[in-house]
Amino acid sequence: MDDRIIEIKNVNKSYGDKPVVKNVSLTIKRGEFVTLLGPSGCGKTTTLRMIAGFEQPTSGTILFNGEDITTLPPHKRNINTVFQKYALFPHLNVFGNIAFGLKMKTVPDGEPTVDKKGNTVQKMRHLTKAEIAEKVNNALKMVDLEDYGHRAVNSLSGGQQQRVAIARALVNEPQVLLLDEPLGALDLKMRKDMQLELMQMHKQLGITFVYVTHDQEEALTMSDTIVVMKNGEIQQIGTPTKVYDEPANAFVADFIGESNILSGTMVKDFCVDISGHKFECVDSGFKYDEPIDVIIRPEDIHIVDVKDKNCLIEADVLTCVFKGDHYQVTALTYGDERNEIIIHDNVEVKAGDKIGLYIKPFDFHIMHKSRLINEIDGEIYEENVVEFCDGRFECNTSLPEGTKVHIQVDFDDVELTDDEDDGTIGATIISSIYKGSYWQYIVRTDSYYDFFVDNDYEWSIGDRVGIKIAPDKIIIDEVKDVEKD
Amino acid sequence: MLKKINFRFNRRAFAYPYMIFLLLFVVVPLVIILVNAFLTDDGQSLTFEHFVEFFSDAGGGLTVLGNSLIIGAVTTLICLVIGYPCAYLLAKYHASSRVLVLLFILPMWVNFLIRTLSTKAIFMALNVKLGMGTVLFGMVYNYLPYMILPLHTTLVSIDHSYIEAAEDLGADKLTVFLKTVLPLSLSGIISGITMTFIPAISTFAISEILSSSKIFLFGDAINMHFSKTTNSFGVGSVMSLVMLVLVVVANVVVNLTSKDEEVSSVL
Repeated sequence: MDDRIIEIKNVNKSYGDKPVVKNVSLTIKRGEFVTLLGPSGCGKTTTLRMIAGFEQPTSGTILFNGEDITTLPPHKRNINTVFQKYALFPHLNVFGNIAFGLKMKTVPDGEPTVDKKGNTVQKMRHLTKAEIAEKVNNALKMVDLEDYGHRAVNSLSGGQQQRVAIARALVNEPQVLLLDEPLGALDLKMRKDMQLELMQMHKQLGITFVYVTHDQEEALTMSDTIVVMKNGEIQQIGTPTKVYDEPANAFVADFIGESNILSGTMVKDFCVDISGHKFECVDSGFKYDEPIDVIIRPEDIHIVDVKDKNCLIEADVLTCVFKGDHYQVTALTYGDERNEIIIHDNVEVKAGDKIGLYIKPFDFHIMHKSRLINEIDGEIYEENVVEFCDGRFECNTSLPEGTKVHIQVDFDDVELTDDEDDGTIGATIISSIYKGSYWQYIVRTDSYYDFFVDNDYEWSIGDRVGIKIAPDKIIIDEVKDVEKD
Repeated sequence: MLKKINFRFNRRAFAYPYMIFLLLFVVVPLVIILVNAFLTDDGQSLTFEHFVEFFSDAGGGLTVLGNSLIIGAVTTLICLVIGYPCAYLLAKYHASSRVLVLLFILPMWVNFLIRTLSTKAIFMALNVKLGMGTVLFGMVYNYLPYMILPLHTTLVSIDHSYIEAAEDLGADKLTVFLKTVLPLSLSGIISGITMTFIPAISTFAISEILSSSKIFLFGDAINMHFSKTTNSFGVGSVMSLVMLVLVVVANVVVNLTSKDEEVSSVL
């Protein structure tokens, strides 16, 4: 039997002109525990809802056991969902809620017969009351709520409602169970317990689980495969270990676990330069002097004496906090540019101490930058004014009005203003990553262009800002007319 | 020696004007009706004769009550049948429905007598014979907004995830409606029925105007007993008390059937 149960192929979804899911392709294997992980608004829930059938993709196809189910209504799919807020029917008791799906289910009745025209006919019948009662009681037993059948759903605690929701979905014996942040409303202790129980259920039943969460720890604990998403796009698909140890890019590294993300250049194979210091690493195949992101996990940095022969770089301790099984140290490194880094180690140090740091070569995770410069297409509006992203920017150009142009702006040449009205155009911060000495933001304009911006000040995700660019920082190239076929 | 007046102006004082109003215009009239019911029409002595007269159906009062209950029930049923789909569609497309809802309650802003008289004028102009049909039309027209509003409020507040959960569990569109939307809107149905049925059985003028006084309802009967020409306040008071009891009974029934739902008594 083919082990692919769900195949999502080039699926796009947008509401109006707002893209929510962009060209997502994903294959889910039979019996797998797959987690869609990402910050809110990354498209993970929309993807799940498209598998369930509540939303239909704008383009692309979804296959279930090899059959196209892209437009199949939810009630015809052998897939059940555990909803974020459980969505237990308030007018039914626990038994009624769990029996809801069973009452509509039909099963083959007797052997198939052949009618006069020679077609094979299979009589179908509804389940009997006794059959339903047996199945419901088994489901209640599975979630440890054996004597709760007669209870009203709103008399149950959050954790119990959660179990009823799981029983209600599983009693229909779906091939795939979808879980939309099911533990979000529970307290920490309850969450840990439910995580283990869900994992046990998954093992016992052997069916496919697709789980949506924004909690990276939950994803690392439970999944066979993690799909990391951001802004509607898949960033990385891999096992928990792979995603943690070898993040595909700076976003994944930042989102999963704590990490130090620094900018550097590849001097040559196996040698990386960070702020003027050269370190040995295990990566090769980069272009000469290519700017790259370096990711170092806090637990991979070791504190040594400055005079130790292993000392690679010196740093001043800023803070040291005891965290139970380790000390969390923040330190400012020496170099062309001083970077703030986080270290987890067992050594206690004091603020102001000068320490040496040692990092093993294979703990430098080096990755291509996702973008080196902002590139946008625009048009000359009038002399020395160029229009792009629905805004008109002052610039230095002698190109005539109406010329189609290609614009480039460096990350640190994009200025952000607190007051949206102070900028030429307004935009929203959608991602922020601390890079040791500055923040790298992704700022989305109202025309859905994402600017990469390097900035010394801190904004939060979701903040509205204004974008300003100095006239001499806008690099303009004329777009030569492409010959038409 | 001057006694100090110990009057503290506290929050409770704000309730006094309304309490006085209630006392004067609700409690006192009720007491007067109660007393009237037991007084002979000349006001000289106590008697049970008004009760005897009403319940023996001597003046046809009981028959009128029966007719009123039937017409009220039919009106309520028609309102429900028209109002539910209407409220359902309004709730389903609620993005654009604020204006539509307004359109449905707009007639309520016109005095009901003016509305009823205009309806009559339209019927006359169209040469429609006034009778039971026109009376029912007038009643439904008048009380439909009272059915739609509570239904709309309930239907709009139904969490969409219940509908999705039902679909997810294998329910097609019709089953989703019958097994989730309908039971979840029960509280709206009950308050819609109360808000239509109780005024419908006690209505007057609508039946009188739209049937050229041929159809006589309980409200009209009470109205007639209190008019100067008949001057039979006693029987009128007994009928008012019967009406009151009916309203109380209706509310008790509503509260019993919806004790789990958050429907407060409409009275």
